[in-house]
Amino acid sequence: MSSAKSSIAVTFQSVSRHYGAVKAVDNVSFEILDGEFFAMLGPSGSGKTTCLRLIAGFEQPTGGSISVHGKSMVGVPPYDRDVNTVFQDYALFPHMTVAENVAYGLMIKKVASADRKRRAEEALEMVALAGFGNRKPSQLSGGQRQRVALARALVNRPSVLLLDEPLGALDLKLREQMQVELKAIQRQVGITFIYVTHDQGEALSMSDRIAVFNQGRIEQMAPPSELYERPQTAFVAGFVGVSNLLNGELATRLTGQPGACSIRPEKIHVEPAGNAVPPRHADRAMSATGMVKSVLYLGAGSRYDVALAGGGDLTVMLQNRDSSYLPNQGESVLLWWNAKDLMRFQG
Amino acid sequence: MASLTETTRSSSSLGRLSTYFYTRPSLLLLLLLVPPLLWLGIIYLGSLFSLLLQSFFQLDDFTGQVIMQPTIDNYLRLFSTTNLSIILRTAGMAAIVTVISALIAFPLAYYMARYAGSRMKALFYVAVMLPLWSNYLVRVYAWKLILAKEGAIHWIFNQLGLGGFLDWILSLPVIEGSSLSTSYLGTMITFVYIWLPYMILPVQAALERVPRSLIEASSDLGAKPGETFRKVILPLAIPGVAAGSIFTFSLTLGDYIIPQLIGSSRPFIGQAVYQFQGTSGDIPMAAAFAMVPIAIMAVYLAIAKRLGAFDAL
Repeated sequence: MSSAKSSIAVTFQSVSRHYGAVKAVDNVSFEILDGEFFAMLGPSGSGKTTCLRLIAGFEQPTGGSISVHGKSMVGVPPYDRDVNTVFQDYALFPHMTVAENVAYGLMIKKVASADRKRRAEEALEMVALAGFGNRKPSQLSGGQRQRVALARALVNRPSVLLLDEPLGALDLKLREQMQVELKAIQRQVGITFIYVTHDQGEALSMSDRIAVFNQGRIEQMAPPSELYERPQTAFVAGFVGVSNLLNGELATRLTGQPGACSIRPEKIHVEPAGNAVPPRHADRAMSATGMVKSVLYLGAGSRYDVALAGGGDLTVMLQNRDSSYLPNQGESVLLWWNAKDLMRFQG
Repeated sequence: MASLTETTRSSSSLGRLSTYFYTRPSLLLLLLLVPPLLWLGIIYLGSLFSLLLQSFFQLDDFTGQVIMQPTIDNYLRLFSTTNLSIILRTAGMAAIVTVISALIAFPLAYYMARYAGSRMKALFYVAVMLPLWSNYLVRVYAWKLILAKEGAIHWIFNQLGLGGFLDWILSLPVIEGSSLSTSYLGTMITFVYIWLPYMILPVQAALERVPRSLIEASSDLGAKPGETFRKVILPLAIPGVAAGSIFTFSLTLGDYIIPQLIGSSRPFIGQAVYQFQGTSGDIPMAAAFAMVPIAIMAVYLAIAKRLGAFDAL
């Protein structure tokens, strides 16, 4: 256990999964650490779910190799893998009770009936569904079914738990609550969680590390704050959070040098037109003038679309504070930001 | 212009009628349901009830008139050796036809539901339904020829040098017949052929409703394909098999053409009813006999429900 190898839960080595000409997963390599909460983030069709299915064994790679805890998974069917999955549609067996669903894996492994019952009840307790064992899945709400699916997977004490957009079908409040609970459960059981989602907020709030997928490849793999603050590609900057992407002539005019880069809307400061950049920031700041095209009220803050004097647009986010300067539509403004907040991309 | 047309439309008498019904959905439902309920209630259930009533009357042997005095004589007569053997023969045939149909239908339905692409599936649908588009009598007579001593099946067995094997099968007790077309085996083959679509379609529909993720989940939780089949796929397909078996079982119970044309010429329930009603004019006894399939179906459904056939519905 002390060797470096055993602390790696999942390894992808140049893994590809092609369907004819379609490259669902294209030469992907990464390592997931034992006990890590790892998110695979990306738009639909980006290959993240296929990666999850490759780990589960529902799909076989057309190239490369996958290993789980150092053991090669080549040719190993799903039922011989020490991983369990929480399915997007929960996939609860409708003809079994909640308790039978949770105990299914234990029954298959021929765990003694009394032991099976006890462990199923414990698992249901962990997901706050104690006493629901005799119900049928059809008698549960969406959130409760989600918890049963989680209990059914965790009861087998897998070395890796795979979660395929498990919160996708829940409403916003429940989703936020489940995010907190999932994170707590993961800390409690200490199992590696691999979490597929297209929701960047979900990935940012729960994960230790995030891999951003695009067109079958990983664009960037980093902890949430690094991913948000230092995106390496324009795709990541645009997909994780909101970004003002600066290209070509606009980039040169605003930053003084060519090359694609981006700036987060909340990093841009706004002053009334005619004001100058505050002196203590002046030497490290970049600025532009423009006119507020539209204001979108969002509650805690507002979103301003500013048409720049020399052409081009910038989106700015401001907190709705009484003390702040909040421009109106049609007003001329000065925009400025710290040079260090400008995110430059390689290539 | 458009808004003008709209206004005229909703103020026309038809428009007012639509609005009237739109705001009174229960009235509309009532109007829609009354004709079929009358049909079902009077013509369907009513005739069944009069059948039940008839079965408690009796035929006067001398006058040939129906005596309208309640008696259970007809039902007691059902338990005579002859009649009881007719009932057992029919029920036994229905049971065997159902089991064989289910065994043949399941793999086919499974392929259609799980593996066939949309084109292949359409092809299978047509193949399954095609026989239903041609005349029932024509198909039964065709089978009479196929199963005859000079027919295709006997010929094939003889060509393969298996004529002796076929003769041995035909000499087995119960099956016993000089050729397939004069044995119970031939009757069974024809029944299975005729009713098979009614088994395939519900089983296929049931299997189609099992999401792929359930099968993946079972496998994910450690179940080998065989275990997944027994613990997940089969239980979820059982309602479809039950629905199909209701068709094959009850249709076999009631049929009187096939056993008349193909088989050992020993009577089935349908023939008995036909004979009592037509030949001897004993309508009360025919009615009593007609109640037998209904009673058997009731028992059959009760057992199926007890066994949990409809739990997964």
